[in-house]
Amino acid sequence: MSLLEVDKINTLYGDSHVLFDLSIRVEQGEVVALLGRNGAGKTTTLRSIMGVLSPRSGNIRLDGKSIEGLPPSAIAGMGVQLVPEERAIFGGLTVEENLRIAALTAPNAWSYDRIYEVFPRLRERRKSAGRTLSGGEQQMLAIARALIRDARIILLDEPFEGLAPLIVRDLVEVSRNLAAEGRTMIVVEQNVAAALSFANRVYGLNNGHVVFEGTPADLNASPDLMRDFLGVGM
Amino acid sequence: MLSWPVLISQAFNGLALGTLLALVSSGLTIILGTLGVLNFAHGALFAVGAYAAFVLLQYTSSFVLAIIVGCGFMLALGFLLERIIIRYFYDRPHEDQILVTYGVGIVLVECVRAAFGGNAQRVPVPSWGQGATQMGFLIYPTYRLQLIAIIAGLLLSLYLVLYRTSMGLVVRAGIENPGMVGILGINVRRAFLLVFAIGVVAVGLAGMLYAPVVAVTPDMGANFMAQSFVVIVLGGLGSFPGAVVGGLIAGEIISLTSAFNSSYSEVMLYALMAVLLIMRPQGLFGSEGRA
Repeated sequence: MSLLEVDKINTLYGDSHVLFDLSIRVEQGEVVALLGRNGAGKTTTLRSIMGVLSPRSGNIRLDGKSIEGLPPSAIAGMGVQLVPEERAIFGGLTVEENLRIAALTAPNAWSYDRIYEVFPRLRERRKSAGRTLSGGEQQMLAIARALIRDARIILLDEPFEGLAPLIVRDLVEVSRNLAAEGRTMIVVEQNVAAALSFANRVYGLNNGHVVFEGTPADLNASPDLMRDFLGVGM
Repeated sequence: MLSWPVLISQAFNGLALGTLLALVSSGLTIILGTLGVLNFAHGALFAVGAYAAFVLLQYTSSFVLAIIVGCGFMLALGFLLERIIIRYFYDRPHEDQILVTYGVGIVLVECVRAAFGGNAQRVPVPSWGQGATQMGFLIYPTYRLQLIAIIAGLLLSLYLVLYRTSMGLVVRAGIENPGMVGILGINVRRAFLLVFAIGVVAVGLAGMLYAPVVAVTPDMGANFMAQSFVVIVLGGLGSFPGAVVGGLIAGEIISLTSAFNSSYSEVMLYALMAVLLIMRPQGLFGSEGRA
């Protein structure tokens, strides 16, 4: 039994059908990358898993238990944690308050010190309001909020988007370390090279369908697929 | 022309009105900010609070006891309204929310009118607040001075709840992004229930404390409601500090203008709001607001 099984879900935004019988699975300790063009349904998949969107049909199982239709707070309580694309840092709260609210309902919350070991920059800014953080610092804080909850599965939505190359390098390093420690993650990323550098397995999405499943090596071996479905030339 | 004592006494009136408006508006702005619901029943709840004091003081001579029991009553009313009506409107359009809360307001006001009639009722000034206090060249009603201190204390408590407790943390985060609060594992709906009830207690408490100073009528909340809207727009929607500062500014403007010509007091308030909205559309303490 996989840790997470998404089984033939159909998700709609209002009247527009975004995901079509989409199935993916994630094993314990695995990093899965979802790749695809804009509008392929990657973010919708993550939002469906988190419960932000409810699939019209299909099943999502965590440890074999159905979670589809539950509210996000309940799904978060089971150890799933979305780090949204827009980061959604609380701007009026300090860095430490952002961490504190994330840890409120987590039974095995990390200490601040452990978070600051992963992101030393956040220690320096711990008293700063969220809105004063740079894009890179906001992304660190967004990931830190998932870590402090000791989430079993972290859903990273475009974690490197719009960030300076040096920051991306640091964040990729952090992601690699998390992967090496066995933290289960699903990562959605336009920066294919960055995502493939720490993913164990890849799903290619196109128009709400899974069009590819394999390892990063498989994907690298088929440049046509990359170009045609993922819109990336390598 | 105007004498200094008159002007200073009006400034004190402004402070009393201002702190009161701050308390009423903070309830309104916290509910709006967190739940996204503009509570048009807020004025009616103010009147309900005043009548609660009126009724309770017929059973006890202790003003403090009446206030405590009254707060319990307002808390229960807040829980009830949220569970039975308001919660079904969180995902509805703003027009629906306005209509339903406006309707709740009418029902509450008419219930009060049916029970107590439309005539003004008098609520006695508490025994410890009678008479006037000599302050230099100014003599000022003691209870009004106490009112300023009591409400300042209440606002400080509200500040401490919002900025020093976990619940306050959830409320402040919820004002910015209720969806993300849920994603972080917090049952937002439960927090919403508490926020609504606290908002109702705040406005009811304002009504109870203000009752001895004014004529208590079923419609007494209408004017406060309108002024509170101006206050939260001035201060920035959803901002607690904004409600406090906006309330004080509004109170002083209304009172000081009244010293010259009372018919212009509200005009000045709306004129200030218009000017501020042109220069700073998000209000004094507002951010870009809810997404």
